Amino acid sequence: MYISVRLYNHTVMDRTLNLDSTFAALADPTRRAILARLAKGEASVLELAAPFAMSQPAISKHLKVLERAGLISHGRDAQRRPRRLEAKPLADATKWLEGYRRFWEANYRRLDALLEDLQSAAGSTERSKRKSK
Amino acid sequence: MVDTETLKITTPSDLEIEMTRVFHAPRRLVFDAHIKPELLKRWLLGPDGWEMVVCTAATKVGERYRYEWRNAAGRQFGIGGVCQEFHAPDKLVALESMDGFPGEALVTTTFVEEGGKTTLTTRVRYPSKEVRDAAINSGMVGGVSASYDRLAKILAQ
Repeated sequence: MYISVRLYNHTVMDRTLNLDSTFAALADPTRRAILARLAKGEASVLELAAPFAMSQPAISKHLKVLERAGLISHGRDAQRRPRRLEAKPLADATKWLEGYRRFWEANYRRLDALLEDLQSAAGSTERSKRKSK
Repeated sequence: MVDTETLKITTPSDLEIEMTRVFHAPRRLVFDAHIKPELLKRWLLGPDGWEMVVCTAATKVGERYRYEWRNAAGRQFGIGGVCQEFHAPDKLVALESMDGFPGEALVTTTFVEEGGKTTLTTRVRYPSKEVRDAAINSGMVGGVSASYDRLAKILAQ
């Protein structure tokens, strides 16, 4: 129930497909690790800071970037309520990357086959050259 | 048939996409596959069901290149660009645009060989978020509905 209330939060709804802040948020290994941890369930700031040799204010800076991107949310009482993952913006970023990935994977698989053909053609040319000597 | 190598995609900044992929071939061949029309037509095919109907490649700075694809339903789509740098066999730089979309992207492709394998790295830099978002929303990079499994994969990178 708490999560569906957050999904209808007007801040998230006002944001049109805005992948810029999502990508900026994802372009950092600490933030990706935070999201990976939250994918397993909500966590407090202390729990999120624990794996990093980082001060709580430093972690909070990362959390602010993630919150601005709409990727995580927290309760009214920021000190005590745990952070949780917000699915929608990350789903948009994932959707785009997946489409892009599938497109290029298909092309590169064809390139693999072409390169194999070119190399085996070169190999058989070499073999027939050697034979005719 | 070799095991398929993995395509790695990252977003180094909010205007850039970078792709890295290893090929089991010397870089001269991988490079040629990127600049010879008779080779390009065999792999740069776009989404399934599209056929390449125009393929002119650039082999020196200032030359234009043009690729067009058509699908069975008759829809046509093209990409064109101008070569900015041409260093055989290790680097290509171009300013590229897609039909119907504003702006140009700077596309840098490098070919690094080691132990008979070539690492291909392509970095695409969009001039603005608007152009990047237009590219994202285009049919060529069509979406797939996401799920938490995919989320897990992205986070595992």
